[in-house]
Amino acid sequence: MLTVGIDIGSISAKAAVIQDGQLVGSKVMLTGYNAKTAGEKVFADLLAELDLARDAPDRIVATGYGRNSVAFAHKAVTEITCHARGAHFQDPAIRSIIDIGGQDSKAITLNEAGGVRDFAMNDKCAAGTGRFLEVMARALEVDLDGFGALSLKAQNPAAISSLCTVFAESEVISLIAKGARRADIIAGIHESVAARVAAMANRVRVQAPVMMTGGVAHNIGVVKALEAKLGYPVQVSAYAQVNGAIGAACLAAA
Amino acid sequence: MSNQDKPIDFEKERRKIKSVKKMKDIMTHYYIDAKTAGETGKKVAWITSGGPVEPLIAMDVIPVYPENHGAMIGASKMGVDLCEKAEGMGYSGDLCTYALADIACSPVDGGPIGGLPKPDMLVCCNNICGTVLKWYEVQARYYDVPLFILDTPFCHTEFSAEAQQYVRRQLDEYLVFLETACGRTCDRDRLQEVGRLSMAGQRLWQAVLDTTVNKPAPMSAFDAFFHLALIVTLRGTQTVIDYYTELLAEMQTRVAEGISAVPDEQHRLLWDNLPIWYRTKWLSEKFASHKACLVADTYTSAWCGSLQYMNEDDFLGSMAEGYSRIYLNIGTDQMAAMVLGMIDKYAAEGLVMHSNRSCKPYSLGQYDIARIVQEQRGLPTLIIEANMTDARSFSESQVETRIDAFMEMLKA
Ligand code: SF4
Repeated sequence: MLTVGIDIGSISAKAAVIQDGQLVGSKVMLTGYNAKTAGEKVFADLLAELDLARDAPDRIVATGYGRNSVAFAHKAVTEITCHARGAHFQDPAIRSIIDIGGQDSKAITLNEAGGVRDFAMNDKCAAGTGRFLEVMARALEVDLDGFGALSLKAQNPAAISSLCTVFAESEVISLIAKGARRADIIAGIHESVAARVAAMANRVRVQAPVMMTGGVAHNIGVVKALEAKLGYPVQVSAYAQVNGAIGAACLAAA
Repeated sequence: MSNQDKPIDFEKERRKIKSVKKMKDIMTHYYIDAKTAGETGKKVAWITSGGPVEPLIAMDVIPVYPENHGAMIGASKMGVDLCEKAEGMGYSGDLCTYALADIACSPVDGGPIGGLPKPDMLVCCNNICGTVLKWYEVQARYYDVPLFILDTPFCHTEFSAEAQQYVRRQLDEYLVFLETACGRTCDRDRLQEVGRLSMAGQRLWQAVLDTTVNKPAPMSAFDAFFHLALIVTLRGTQTVIDYYTELLAEMQTRVAEGISAVPDEQHRLLWDNLPIWYRTKWLSEKFASHKACLVADTYTSAWCGSLQYMNEDDFLGSMAEGYSRIYLNIGTDQMAAMVLGMIDKYAAEGLVMHSNRSCKPYSLGQYDIARIVQEQRGLPTLIIEANMTDARSFSESQVETRIDAFMEMLKA
């Protein structure tokens, strides 16, 4: 059985193919303006890369904010359920997921079968999401990819107290003006993201082992800050960005 | 295709609650009466939703509820504009949006009915929140009319004898205030009679709400949000009794005929907090698409929730306790106990909480209640962040994902 999961997020579109319980390929691209064409393109490109015909998949499940715009999917399932299923596929021992994506963050707790026990999502606010980090990177004129490594060099993490992205940005600008070190400011930014996400995670009583997914999982600074706040290790998914698509492909096979 | 060409959806027609039309007529008449009070020589009092209205009815004063008006503003999607106006007048956007919308309406006669009738007096009871104190002070200055404030102490666990005495004395002062404002004495027998009608109305309202213990439920919380207006505004009149008697009969018929609010009801949920007025239709369709019915809610039941403390034979005496021990004026543990009671009574399998930016006393403690419900009944809670009147705090795609994910979890 060959199934495909398509995850249309606010920033990137992801696809994953699963054949007989094995992940055979995945792909990430920018969603852009049109979620519908993004879904079609990521699907077509991945199939082409894998040398598969368009009608090869037996079933397709769409997820993410654009889940209802994938007309060729057999079913739409929310990213909450898909992330849980994806993490379970990667490691059945996982009991909690912390996902930080472009526009939102969520904490999910799982049962033994990979089903959702409880979940929480951030409120309508960019703080504690990938977008927040992007804004900060711009203010600091640092490439976002270098954020994680740079923050590990911090000696004295700055305190970023504002919960609002716009206010936090002006806090950062005033820290720059005061001559604070870049590494310290970035570490402070990571701590503020971690504090927000950890509070949400505690609300649903996350339990170890915890897997982190979403694009921000690649930022080692946020992961370390989160581990410090939660008090136990956080496992970074090898497929952090495509975990939702993998889960969708698993559910398509179910 | 014009409206007339549309095929009639008989199934949908069958599901429609027939009493709705009558209710609309009653409310229209009520507002016409209130708006023409100047010509008929009647006096108008603005009163908070949890305030003791019975003395007003007994004195033939027309009660008008800025909060009901706020709900109408929200439902007619005029909230954002009015809130922005109030912010322009210098009021903080963090305030209750009922207060903001009302304050902004006054100078321009805004809103769906061209403004509320001018008040001759204001009656404010802080059993629902502290916001109403400053709100009513602002309006008392604006309209230059007398204001009566009934201060009900917060009942963390119990209602002490001192509290009873304190509120009871204020009720006497309330009657003096009304007698002065109206220039005539209050007929105590009439007040007793109004009290009796008020309690009968509340019992009937409770009976209407209780028809949803049936599976499938003949109505949902979304219907209750609509039919609630009478027990709020005209409590203590025969009109309420007649209307709810009819509505109850209609619900009983629906139960007998198996007509449900939600087609093929599979899931039963409990709603907490005020409705999201500008989104009730969308939410009701969203839950119905999952075959889920919101069978009960903590909001509409608040207008009959303290019946147990009221005494028909000593209405004035029992008002002190009845008006103090309402849902928003009790401790979180007691609120949680009421929620658990409702979960059991209506056989709900989950809780949907509207975390309402506007109404702090209602939203504070929700996470604790959710935890208690999880611990004691093992039931999950969905939290929806919004604001009852101001659509700027509502994000459709976020709310949709949460509801869909919650329902996937319940169905799994
Ligand atoms: S704060 Fe809440 S209780 Fe007070 S007036 Fe506003 S909605 Fe009503």
